[in-house]
Amino acid sequence: MKRFKGFVRKEFYHIFRDKRSLFILFGMPIAQILLFGFAITNEINNVDIAVLDHSRDATTGEIINKIAASKYFSINEFIERETDIESVFQKGKIKAVLNFEKNFSRNLIRDNTATIQIITDATDPNTANTISNYTSSILRNYQQELNRDIQLAYQVLPEIRMVYNPELKGVFMFVPGVMTIILMLVSAMMTSISITREKELGTMEILLVSPLKPVLIIIGKVVPYIFLSVINAIVIIVLSIFVFKMPIQGSLFLLGVESVLFIITSLSLGILISTISTTQQTAMMVSLMGLMLPTILLSGFIFPISSMPVPLQVISNIIPAKWFIVLLKGIMLKGVGIVYLWKETLLLFGMALFFIVVSVRKYKIRLE
Amino acid sequence: MDNQPIIQVESLTKRFGDFSAVDAITFKVDKGEIFGFLGANGAGKTTAMKMLIGISNPTSGKAHVAGYDVFTQAESIKKSIGYMSQKFALYDDLTVKENITFFGGIYGLSGAQIKEKTALMIEELELHEVAHQLVGALPLGWKQKISFSVALLHNPKIVFLDEPTGGVDPITRRQFWEMIYKTAHNGTTVFVTTHYMDEAEYCDRVSIMVNGKIEALDTPKRLKEQFEVDSMNDVFLKLARG
Repeated sequence: MKRFKGFVRKEFYHIFRDKRSLFILFGMPIAQILLFGFAITNEINNVDIAVLDHSRDATTGEIINKIAASKYFSINEFIERETDIESVFQKGKIKAVLNFEKNFSRNLIRDNTATIQIITDATDPNTANTISNYTSSILRNYQQELNRDIQLAYQVLPEIRMVYNPELKGVFMFVPGVMTIILMLVSAMMTSISITREKELGTMEILLVSPLKPVLIIIGKVVPYIFLSVINAIVIIVLSIFVFKMPIQGSLFLLGVESVLFIITSLSLGILISTISTTQQTAMMVSLMGLMLPTILLSGFIFPISSMPVPLQVISNIIPAKWFIVLLKGIMLKGVGIVYLWKETLLLFGMALFFIVVSVRKYKIRLE
Repeated sequence: MDNQPIIQVESLTKRFGDFSAVDAITFKVDKGEIFGFLGANGAGKTTAMKMLIGISNPTSGKAHVAGYDVFTQAESIKKSIGYMSQKFALYDDLTVKENITFFGGIYGLSGAQIKEKTALMIEELELHEVAHQLVGALPLGWKQKISFSVALLHNPKIVFLDEPTGGVDPITRRQFWEMIYKTAHNGTTVFVTTHYMDEAEYCDRVSIMVNGKIEALDTPKRLKEQFEVDSMNDVFLKLARG
């Protein structure tokens, strides 16, 4: 046990004396969570739009005022001709143009219909989509006000309620994702690099010649990272609660247990990577390409799994991060307990076990 | 038991597929001897040594190191030997003292023993000024002297040195060999591989490996007589060229 303690202490020296490790361990999680929380968001605010009003009557005036009053849009420019549309888009600042047809009011009253064309700059499809949804809904509101006194014969009234994240805050979606990525990065990449570093420098050989058991060498290298990952998880959760007002509906204890389970899964992946790579560079590339990329793309963190092609949906099942994100969202946002999450928990547990068994076997072969 | 050879190897073989890296080598090393293990690059020296220190499994043959069987008692062997590799055995981002403490620790030395050994080593190698410096900042020669001392921390019966003086200036090499002599004088067997033929002259006995086989084994003096040349360098050239 004393030998083991000395080993772990040495590992901490390595970590705390390497500025790059320190940065990845502590700078990255904080930077990422703040970035995702503040800068990267699906919501739109104060988007600049232009108006091309061919009628300039009372109705168009009212609609323009309504749109200008919303916090989503600010009307930046009034243009005169159809040909100007192209050029305002090309300048880049304007993201949408509202084009009111001629005699808007008159058409509305006489024919009961009038048309507005909403043209959006779809170089960024997500924003374009959101803009058209928001303007449509403002227009729908206006229309309902017009018809307030008239009872339509047949009417379907959708009543919408968004549960678990009623304000549709993007950060609620990002926090579980970022936490997953960070834990994966710290646990898998950092351990695989630190183990291959010993191989590359030749110190692994010295350790293997010593009476220290190979299994203890690996555990000794991994323990500091479990410790640091747990600290990271705590930092992320505290930040998300206090900075982003993220609710933790479920049990904190369960959250902790599941996090440790995921950390162990990632660590065993890291060990596995270190058994197949001989240089730190390879270990890093394998971790980034083989782990981080699929984790970001296929875990449902950014892109919803349900809208992926079927083969990708199948592949996403073998990505531990997918299950961890389901668990995190379940505990944090829905407040459900183990009764509903046992399946995901078991899956993660099975994966951890599998990776540990495979890497221990692989590791033995390396010693031959 | 003291008259028993400390290393006893019989037809030890390591095959990778069809290729025999080490082909049925047989030799003995006596206690307190400085045994030079020579050979060109790729002759099989390192592979043979790895089998003796228990990190590579032999394909066939017999070998006993410090009285233990390499096939079944590798763990006991590890406690009785020290090892210093051609790459550095020390951690660059740890100070000299931390390195000593760490390696003492993994060999199971007590806190008091480590303290005593550290003080002794600092005294002998005159490390007073650098004891708290990171090893990475030290010159190569110092690193090698320190790692040699670290390999001896737990008083091993045998110390294995894999090209310990690679890349070091002649003066430091000379000092290093003085350390080796002293170690052997204290009863520790020294098993050393080297490229430098002048170093071979310092050994009690040398073996020369060519293509996985031991082609010559004797004292440097008798080897020179046998091949009718003046230096170990010429012995080596004669053998290597076949």
